[in-house]
Amino acid sequence: MAAIGQGDRTRRGGEKWNTYQRNQQIFVWSVILPMLLFFAIFYVYPIIEGFAGSTTNWQAFQDSEARQFIGFDNYVRLFRDQVFLASLVNTFKYALIYMPIAIVLSLACALAINAAGILTGMFRTVYFLPVVTSVIATALIWSVGFYQPRYGLFNQVLAMVGLPQQPFLRSPETALFSVIIYAVWKNMGYDIVIFMAGLSAIPRTFYEAARVDGASRLQTFWKITLPLLRPTMVFVIITGIINSLQVYGPIYIMTVASGADKPGGPLNSTVVVSVYQWQVAFGELQLGYGAAMGIVLFLIILVITLMQSRLLRRNWDY
Amino acid sequence: MATTSNSTSRLQGQERSALDWRWKRMDFERLLLWIVLGIGAIAMVGPFYWMMISSFKTQREGVAIPPTWFPQEFTLKNWQDIGNLPTGSMTVFFRNSAFVVIVITVITLLTSSLAGYVFAKFEFRFKNVIFWLVISMLVVPFSVTLIPLFNIIADWGWRNNYLALIVPILFSPFGIFLMRQQIANIPNELIDAARIDGASELAIYLRVILPLSGAALAALAIFTFTFQWDNFLWPLVVLDDPNLYTLPLGLAQFRGRGTIDIGLVSAASFLAVLPVLLVYIVAQRRFIEGITLTGMK
Repeated sequence: MAAIGQGDRTRRGGEKWNTYQRNQQIFVWSVILPMLLFFAIFYVYPIIEGFAGSTTNWQAFQDSEARQFIGFDNYVRLFRDQVFLASLVNTFKYALIYMPIAIVLSLACALAINAAGILTGMFRTVYFLPVVTSVIATALIWSVGFYQPRYGLFNQVLAMVGLPQQPFLRSPETALFSVIIYAVWKNMGYDIVIFMAGLSAIPRTFYEAARVDGASRLQTFWKITLPLLRPTMVFVIITGIINSLQVYGPIYIMTVASGADKPGGPLNSTVVVSVYQWQVAFGELQLGYGAAMGIVLFLIILVITLMQSRLLRRNWDY
Repeated sequence: MATTSNSTSRLQGQERSALDWRWKRMDFERLLLWIVLGIGAIAMVGPFYWMMISSFKTQREGVAIPPTWFPQEFTLKNWQDIGNLPTGSMTVFFRNSAFVVIVITVITLLTSSLAGYVFAKFEFRFKNVIFWLVISMLVVPFSVTLIPLFNIIADWGWRNNYLALIVPILFSPFGIFLMRQQIANIPNELIDAARIDGASELAIYLRVILPLSGAALAALAIFTFTFQWDNFLWPLVVLDDPNLYTLPLGLAQFRGRGTIDIGLVSAASFLAVLPVLLVYIVAQRRFIEGITLTGMK
């Protein structure tokens, strides 16, 4: 059965080959069996429990007999729950505002950094810096150092150039957008690196041909760069949306540190599904209801993942 | 510009001035590009600089209008105070984080390379089904498994125990996938040769496979370390003893309206950022290679 050492079989055959094979199988299963046990306990069982629990009135720290099947009541309740509906709207708002800004900025930066000659490496390193550093630490600094309305850096800069002061995280109107701007700053370097890898995969001959034909730079961008960057673009958009739909850390930290009533504040203006799920499951101990939210989020992400494989199912020959 | 005019000096009048003009235009454009990118670069690095200088400012100077570019009155008070906050000690949080994250990273490298090796170089029953099963776990969002996992941990009495942080991620689907791809590139001849020399399967793994997958292991180590260093949601669910808090949980204790001491927050945040920042400065190439290795196949 072994792929390795198949030549040995003809040369030696018999007992020695059998020992090889047995040793290999012992090695394989001593790795695979613990791994399977692990995935069964920490992945498969929780997934089944996540679905099963969402159809019950499951409470934390409760006897297992008290947990009862209630059908789809949790799901019905979800779509009558104003806070959940708000969190659904905020989650999509977050993803749909974040994505275009992130795409345009990171593609522009990738093109610019690519053209920066001897400074390309340096700029790439610098723009990637926020990606590797802690979300929690940077979100905290943005919240209390930059977005602070009175002495925060942003309002001081706005005052200097004579623009009106902003409440940023303190107002329901601007809070979500403030978190989005932070997220763009934090994650842009990742998309830049992916775009630069995509750009370097486009054959140079295409650009040379375009130049010979006298195409302008704008034409080259629209007719060559952008179409050939499509697989990269799909990847960046899909991973970006999937990550945005699950955003948790920056919203929790930024709103709490800015003095909001609770994570997702002020007035639920930044409450997203994962933040509300946390509050329901671990604040109010309603595990069943929280599990139902997890399933709704899962279904949304599943649809988007399937869309990606459809969008990528093409031949990308160039 | 001197070299440009030298190299073009042999060209005749009109032709030369046209070339010169094009060179100047290129230079000017590149300069403009550098300036624009430079402004962006300041925005990228600025917050870290701000964090650093604010951690050495006095409380009064921290909220000064306009802000100072450098501490006028240099103080180490913030750095001393974060060791003894009402919500706990940043030094303790740092130690907790370092312990948990290093243990997790070492285990992840070990299990991922072992399982990756097995999937890449051996034939066994149900291999494809098992591999597909492992990879499909990547699609399931944490929001589905979070609540049942919490219940398991609570049932086992593992709340406020680091086992809760380590055991549920002993194996990583992502790590296994990455290591399988990389180990598949190692030539079978090398493994065969070791086997003919009488090496045991474990010895081959230790002496042949591990040394030859250095780049992938480094990428996985960096990815795991930075991700776990920042892990927030799960520790928040399973830990509520402040003595056990990791750095992200410690940082999350700064809350309130206008009462936060900027100097303290800056020192604490900078402490949390510092280890990754230092490693990044030394090995930034590995980080970026890691993304292209792991992000897209």
